[in-house]
Amino acid sequence: MLSDCVPFALRQDHKRRPAKAWQAAIGGCVLAVGCLAGTLSAVAKPLAVEKEEIKLGFIKLTDMAPLAIAYEKHFFEDEGLYVTLEPQANWKILLDRVITGELDGAHMLAGQPLGATIGFGTQAHIITAYSMDLNGNGITVSDEVWKMMEPGLPKAADGKPQHPIDAKYLKPVIDKFKADGRAFNMGMVFPVSTHNYELRYWLAAGGINPGFYSPQNISGQIQADAFLSVTPPPQMPATLEAGTISGYCVGEPWNQQAVFKSIGVPVITDYEIWKNNPEKVLGVTAEWAEKYPNTLLAMTKALIRAGQWLDAGGNANRKEAAKILAKSEYVGADVEVIANSMTGTFEYEKGDKRAVPDFNVFYRYFATYPYYSDAVWYLSQMRRWGQIAEGKPDSWYQDVAKKVYRPDIYLKAARLLVDEGKAKEADFPWDSDGYRATTAAFIDGVSYDGHKPNDYLSKLSIGLKGDQRVDGTRIVGANTN
Amino acid sequence: MNTVTDALKSPIGKSPVGADTGHPDGHGAKRAPVRNGGRQRIKSAIDRASGYLDILGLAWVAPIARLSTGENPREQLKQIWRLLGVPLAAIVIFLVLWGWIAPTVQTSLGAIPGPAQVWSEARALYADHVAEKAKAAAFYERQEQRNAERLAEDAGASVKIRKYTGKPTYIDQIVTSLITVFTGFVFATLIAVPLGILCGLSPLVNAALNPLIQVFKPVSPLAWLPIVTMVVSAVYAGSDQMFEKSFLNSAITVTLCSLWPTLINTAVGVASIDKDLMNVGRVLQLRWWTKVRKLVLPSALPYIFTGLRLSLGVGWMVLIAAEMLAQNPGLGKFVWDEFQNGSSASLARIMVAVFTIGIIGFLLDRVMLAMQAAVTHSATR
Repeated sequence: MLSDCVPFALRQDHKRRPAKAWQAAIGGCVLAVGCLAGTLSAVAKPLAVEKEEIKLGFIKLTDMAPLAIAYEKHFFEDEGLYVTLEPQANWKILLDRVITGELDGAHMLAGQPLGATIGFGTQAHIITAYSMDLNGNGITVSDEVWKMMEPGLPKAADGKPQHPIDAKYLKPVIDKFKADGRAFNMGMVFPVSTHNYELRYWLAAGGINPGFYSPQNISGQIQADAFLSVTPPPQMPATLEAGTISGYCVGEPWNQQAVFKSIGVPVITDYEIWKNNPEKVLGVTAEWAEKYPNTLLAMTKALIRAGQWLDAGGNANRKEAAKILAKSEYVGADVEVIANSMTGTFEYEKGDKRAVPDFNVFYRYFATYPYYSDAVWYLSQMRRWGQIAEGKPDSWYQDVAKKVYRPDIYLKAARLLVDEGKAKEADFPWDSDGYRATTAAFIDGVSYDGHKPNDYLSKLSIGLKGDQRVDGTRIVGANTN
Repeated sequence: MNTVTDALKSPIGKSPVGADTGHPDGHGAKRAPVRNGGRQRIKSAIDRASGYLDILGLAWVAPIARLSTGENPREQLKQIWRLLGVPLAAIVIFLVLWGWIAPTVQTSLGAIPGPAQVWSEARALYADHVAEKAKAAAFYERQEQRNAERLAEDAGASVKIRKYTGKPTYIDQIVTSLITVFTGFVFATLIAVPLGILCGLSPLVNAALNPLIQVFKPVSPLAWLPIVTMVVSAVYAGSDQMFEKSFLNSAITVTLCSLWPTLINTAVGVASIDKDLMNVGRVLQLRWWTKVRKLVLPSALPYIFTGLRLSLGVGWMVLIAAEMLAQNPGLGKFVWDEFQNGSSASLARIMVAVFTIGIIGFLLDRVMLAMQAAVTHSATR
C-alpha cells in the first residue's frame, strides 16, 4: 500500500534477496535521507527514487507550465529525476499511453482520472496526488456569432459589453440557426474534460440545452440545442476558421489565438462561470503509484516547487514563464499570446483587454492540493449529463473521490519540502478534510457543497436528478432525492 | 555533347582523371610553355571527367575547366551560360516572384513568409540547435557533479550518466529521418531483389506473385501505418528494447512502400536477359547459384539500380508523411509540431523544412544516380 510506505525507507524486497537489498541500500543510486545513518540531516538529499528516467506527456496548453518549469528550473533533477516531456496529439492518445505504460504519467484533465476509474470511456484506475492549476479556460464564439450576439448585450458606461456575458444572449443566435436549418456546433476538447462541463454549465445556465449522454448514445447530443463535439485544442482556431464549429471552450492560448488571428471573440472565462475552479491534474496509474511510491513523491515535490515559483512574488515570474512556454518544445505559440493570460489580463474583443488577475492560478488558494470536493463536482456533472447513467448515493461520490484523489501523498511531499526549508508551513491545508467550503460563486449562483452532490444536482436547472435516466431521447424516472 | 560517350568508353574503376600520368594540371603548371601533348592530355582528361560531373549535377564545371585551358572560348561561354547561367537565373526569378507574391497572401498566421524570413528562420533553427547543444552539455555537467557528490558521500554508490532529456533539435530530426529512410530502404532492397530475381527466372513464381504485387503496389503508405503500428506494438513488446517502436513503425512503413519499384524492375531486368547468355550457361552446365551470380545479376544490374533509385525516392516521400501522421520523430514530426504551434514563425519554419526535404531528396537521388552510373556504364538522367 502506498499510504503505509515510509518515504525515508528504501523499499526493497527483503524476502526475496536479503543480501542484495542491503547492498542496494548502501550502494543504491540515492541514499535515503539520514535513515541509515539514523540522523535526520537538514541538508536536502533526493529520495530513494525507484525509477529515475521518467517520461511525462502533456498537451500544448499554457497550464502545462508546472511541468515545463520543473524541468527548466531543474526541480526534477534536484529530486534525482531525469524527466523527458513529450507533447501528445490529443487527450485520448495521452490517456491511452499512460494506461499502456508508454508514459509514466501525464498532464490530465481533472475529469480524466475520474472518468477512467469509473469506466466512462477507457477503464483504468488512475490516481492523482497533485492538482496543477485553477481556471485558465475561456469560451470563444466565431466572429459571425459575435456580430449576431453583440447588439443584444447590455452595455457598461464605456459602451463595452457588460461582463460576465450570460448564455441567454446566445439563445437568439441558436434560434436563428435553427430557423435557417443549420446546426449550431461547438467544440470542446474531450468528453470528460473540464471544458465540456464548463461549456455545458454556461449554456444550461442561459437556458440552452447542451444535450445528454446515454449508455447507448455517447455523442452527448440527445435533446441538444447546441451540438458539442470533440476537437483537439491546438486545432480549435483552425476548425473555427473553417466554419465546422461556431464556438468552443478551450484552455489558453487557444482563445487569445482566436483574437490574435481575428477569427473569433472570447465571451467568457471559466473564472466567471465558477470562480477558482480546478482544471488539470498530474495523473498516474494506481499500479504505477504502487510500484514507484518514492518516485511519485519526488515528482510531486518538484511540481509543488514549480507551482510555487509560478505564483511567487505576485506573479513576478510569469513573464519568464511565458517565454519558456513559447519554446517550440512546449506550447510553441507566440510569447505575446501566452503572456496575455499568464500575466493577468485577458483580451475579449480585439482591444477590449480586461484585468483577470486570477486567470491562471498555480499555487495560491491551495491550488495544488487535490481536494475531494473538486472530484465530487466533476462526478456530479458526469451524472448531470448522463455520463453516469444511473442515480448514485452521496457515499458513492465520496468513495470514488477518495479512490482517485490522494491528498495523503500530496501532504507527505509537502511535509518533506517544509522540512527541507523549500516551502512554508502556511502554504498547505494540513488539517483539511479534503472538502472546500461551500461556495455559490457560480454564474447562476447555485451553491455547491461537496458533501451533498445529490442535493446539489436537484438545484440545477437542466440536467438529470435523483433516479432519472435517459431512455432513447426521453428522460424517465423519478426526481427523488 | 559527345562527352558522355567519351566517358562511357573509359573503363569503370580506372581513375578517369589522367589515368596514365599523375595530375595533368601539375604538368601544365610546372612546364612553362605547355607542350601540345600536355594540353591534349588535359583536354582528354576533362572530356573523360565531364561524364562523371554530369552525373553529379556539376556539368558546368567542365566548360569552366576548358575555358581555363583556353579551348574555344565562345563555345565554352555558351555552354557555361546554358549549364550554369540559365538555372541560376531561373532560381533568382523564382525567388523574386516568391518574395513579391508571398506578402500578398494573408493567412491567420500572418502573411506567407518570403525568402528573407525563411532564410532568417533557417539561421534561427541553427542557432537553436547550438543553444540546445549547450543546454545538453550543462545537463551532463550537472549530472557529473551530482554523481561526484554521491561518490564522495559513498564510494560504493553506483552512478550512471543518463542521456539528455531535452528536445531533439532540427539537425537531430534530419539525422533521424535519414537513418530511418535508409533502414527502411535496406530492408526493402533485401526483400525485393531476391524476390525479383525469383520472379524473373521462374514464370511460375512470377504468375504466383504477380497478382499480389499488383494489389499491394498502389496502397498508400498512410493506409499501412495503422496496421504496422498495431502489429509492431503487439509483436515487439518487452522492456529492454533495442529500437524505439516509433522508429520501427516508420522504417517498416518505408519498407512496405518502397520495395515495389525495386521488385518490379528486378523481375523485368532478369526476365529480359539475353537468351544466348542463358544458353551459354546451360552449355557450361553452370550451377544455379553460379548462373545467378555470373550471368543474371550483372546483366540485370541496370534495371535493379533504376528500381532502387525509384524506391529511395518513394521511401523518402513516404517517410515524411508517416512521421507527420504517426508523430514519430523526424522531419515530418517537426512540420506537424510547427503547424500545431501556430506561432508567427511557424510558416517560415515549415518552409525551411520543405526546402530541407526537397534538397535531401535531390541529393539522395543524385547519390543513387551516381551508383547506377557506376554499375551500368550508362548515365541516363
